[in-house]
Amino acid sequence: MDKATQLVLSASPHIKGRTSISRDMLVVVFALMFPVLGAVYFFGLYILLMLAAATVSAVLTEYVAKAMRRRPFFLDGSAVVTALLLVLVLPPRTPMWIVVIGSIFAIAIAKEAFGGLGQNIFNPALVGRAFVTISFAGSLTRWISPTSSWLSDGVTTATPLAEGFTTSLTKLEMYKALFLGNVGGSVGETSALLILIGGVLLIAFGVIKWQVPVFYIGTVFVLTFLFGEDPLFHILAGGLMLGAFFMATDYVTSPLTTRGKIIFSVGAGVLVVLIRLLGNMPEGVCYSILIMNAFTPLIDRYTRIRPYGVVKKGGNN
Amino acid sequence: MSRDMYTFLGLKRPGAVHPPGRKFTSNEATEVAPLPKEVMLPLQQHIGAPANPLVNKGDEVKVGQKIAEASGFVSAPIHATISGTVNGVSKVPNPTTGEPIRGILIESNEDDEWVKFSAADPDDLPIEEILNRIKEAGIVGLGGAAFPTHVKLQPPEDKPVHTVIVNGAECEPYITSDDRLMREETGRIVGGLLLIMKALSAKKAYIAIEDNKPKPISRISEAVSQADTPYPIKVAPLRARYPMGAEKTLVKALLGTEVPEGGLPMDVGVVVQNVATVAAIYDAVVEGKPLVERIVTVTGDVPKPKNLIARFGTSAMELIEYCGGPSSGANKLVFGGPMMGIAQPTYYSPLIKSTNCLLVLKSKQLEEHQCIRCGRCVQRCPMGLMPLVFAKAVQNGLYEQLSEYHIDSCVECGACTYDCPANIPIVSYIKTGKQKLQKVTEA
Repeated sequence: MDKATQLVLSASPHIKGRTSISRDMLVVVFALMFPVLGAVYFFGLYILLMLAAATVSAVLTEYVAKAMRRRPFFLDGSAVVTALLLVLVLPPRTPMWIVVIGSIFAIAIAKEAFGGLGQNIFNPALVGRAFVTISFAGSLTRWISPTSSWLSDGVTTATPLAEGFTTSLTKLEMYKALFLGNVGGSVGETSALLILIGGVLLIAFGVIKWQVPVFYIGTVFVLTFLFGEDPLFHILAGGLMLGAFFMATDYVTSPLTTRGKIIFSVGAGVLVVLIRLLGNMPEGVCYSILIMNAFTPLIDRYTRIRPYGVVKKGGNN
Repeated sequence: MSRDMYTFLGLKRPGAVHPPGRKFTSNEATEVAPLPKEVMLPLQQHIGAPANPLVNKGDEVKVGQKIAEASGFVSAPIHATISGTVNGVSKVPNPTTGEPIRGILIESNEDDEWVKFSAADPDDLPIEEILNRIKEAGIVGLGGAAFPTHVKLQPPEDKPVHTVIVNGAECEPYITSDDRLMREETGRIVGGLLLIMKALSAKKAYIAIEDNKPKPISRISEAVSQADTPYPIKVAPLRARYPMGAEKTLVKALLGTEVPEGGLPMDVGVVVQNVATVAAIYDAVVEGKPLVERIVTVTGDVPKPKNLIARFGTSAMELIEYCGGPSSGANKLVFGGPMMGIAQPTYYSPLIKSTNCLLVLKSKQLEEHQCIRCGRCVQRCPMGLMPLVFAKAVQNGLYEQLSEYHIDSCVECGACTYDCPANIPIVSYIKTGKQKLQKVTEA
C-alpha cells in the first residue's frame, strides 16, 4: 500500500441513498406516459408532434437561459416534465407555434427568470398554459372529440365542464366515458383512469404524498356535493385529476410539510369549486393551483414542525 | 384529533432513514489483534479538558499504568496500552478533529506486562469507590461521543435518575462491535449495568437493541433473566432504523418523553450508556482493569473484514493491514460509522477510545445541485428540523435564521443529507453554521 495515498476528507455522512433529482424526474416522466399515450390514442398523432415541439423548445430554452445566467446546465429532466405537463393541459389541436411559445415562456419566465429549478414560485407548466390561454384565447377555445383519425383536424365538440352533458348518455355511461377519457378536453386530462395509474406509481415510488390528491379531490367532491352539484361528475371532468396528482404535488411550488401540503390541497379544492360554480370560467384547476402556489411561503411559515424537545409555541407535534 | 388519525395523515413528526445494513462482520467472532510495536496516545480522547502527561521520554511503563491524569472534573486519564518505553510527548494525529494534538508515544518491549487495581466484589463497594474506579480507569462513552463516564454517573442532586438505558442499538451501517460484544460478553454487560444502577440509585433499566439483531437480543435476555437484582431490567427490541441509537431518539422511543431542547437525558431522569461502556465499567470496577483496549470493527473495502480487540494508540493502518489492507481504489478512511464517522487525513491515525469502527471506503464526489424543496430532509429529520433552511441560510450568509430554526437541536445524524436528491452536503453546512453562530456569540 502506498503510504502517500491521498485520502478524501469530507464531512459525514459518507454514504448516500438512491435519491437523485433525475431519478425523481424519470419516475414522473414514466408516470406521465400513461396519460400521454392515452392522449395519442384519443386525439391522434398530432399530440406526439406537440410533445416533441414542447420538449425540444423547453430543453433548448433552459440551455440558453443557463448559458446567459452563466450557470451549469444539467439534463435533470425537469424541463422535460414541464414540457409534457404543458402539452397535457393544452387543447388537442393547439397550433404548434403556440405550443412552442408556451413552452419557452414556461421555462424562460416562470422557471429560469426566478433562478431555475427550486427557485420558481409558480408551477412553470401552468404559467405557460395561463400565458397562452390569455394571449391567444381565440386559438385555444376549439376542442375536439376523441378521434381515431390520427392527424385530422378532428370534430369540434364541447368539453363536459363548459357545456355539461347534453347528449343522450345515461348517467352511468357518462361516468364511464369520463373515467376512461372518451370525452372532449385538454390533451391529457380526459382519462381519469390513466392519470390514476400514473398517480399511484408516483405514490408507490415515494415521489409524491397521497395526502395531496386525496385532500384536493376530496375537497372538490365534498363541496360540490354540498352545493347540490354532481360530485362525481366534478371530480372526473376537467383537469382536476391531472392537477391533483401531477401539479399540486410539484415540490418546488408547494409546501414542505405534510400539514402544509394538506392546507394547500384543501385551499386549491375550495378555489376550484368557487371558480367552477361562481366564476365566469368553466374550469378552475389551473388557477386554483397557481393561486395556492402564491400562498406556499406563507403556509410554510405557519406549518413548521415542532422540533424535538421544544415546548409548544406554535404548531403541535 | 385522535392519535391514530394523526399518524395516518402523516402529521406525526417523522424522522429516520433506512440505509442498507452492510453488517458484513456480524458473524465474525472477535479476534485479538496483534500487539502493536508502538502506540500514539492523544492526550484528549474525550470531551473536556486534555489530560496532563505524567511520564517523560525514556520512562518505562506497563500496560494499564496511568500516564496522563485528568485535568479537571470533565476530563479523563490516559493509560499505557502496551508495556515498554516512552518515546516522547509530541504532536500526533487527532482522529476527532484532524488537527494534530499532543500525545504520548510508547515503544513496545513486547512483554505485555500489566498493572491493575485490585479486583473487588461489586456488592461490597461503596458508590464513591465505584465512581472512583470508573474515573481512574479512564472510562468515557465508547459509543462515539467519548463523554467522561464518571461525570454522567454523578448527576446534580436536583436531577435524580430513575432509569438507565443501555444503548445497544448500533443503528449505523457496517458496525458490529456492539453486536459481537452483546453476543460474547453478556455477563460483563449485565454486571456493568447493575453497577451503574447502584451508582445512580436507579430503579429501572432498559437494554435497547435493534430488532435486526435477534442473537444479541436472545443472549442478553437470557443473561438478564439470571441477573440477581430486585429492579426490573427490560430488554427492548427497537425497530431497525437510523438514527435509533441517538440518545434523544432512544429516550423518546422507549419512554415516550422528549428531552427538553438543549438539555440532557438526565433532565427527564434518564442516563443512556453505550453497551461497550457498560462492559468497560464492569472490567474497571470488578476486575480492576483500566480502559486500554476495545472492540473495533474493521470493514468496508478490505478483503477480510473483522471485529478486533485492539489497544488504543494502534495505527489504523496496522489493523487494516491485518484485515488484508485497503482494496484497490479505496480512498477514504472513516473512524466510526458511515453516517456520523469522521474522515481521516491519513491511514496512520491512532485508534482512540471512541473508535468503534475503521471503515475503508471508495468515495466518489457527487455534484451539488440547487435545492428542489422536495422536503425529504424535513421528513427524515429525527429532531423535527428543517435542514434545507440551514443549508440555504449558510449559503446566503443569513446566520440569524439559524437559531430561529433551532440549529442547535441538530444532532448531525446525517439522515437529511443521506436522502438529499440534490446532493447538498447539508450536515457540512450545518457544522459551518454552528461554528459561525458560536463566533457571533463569543464576539
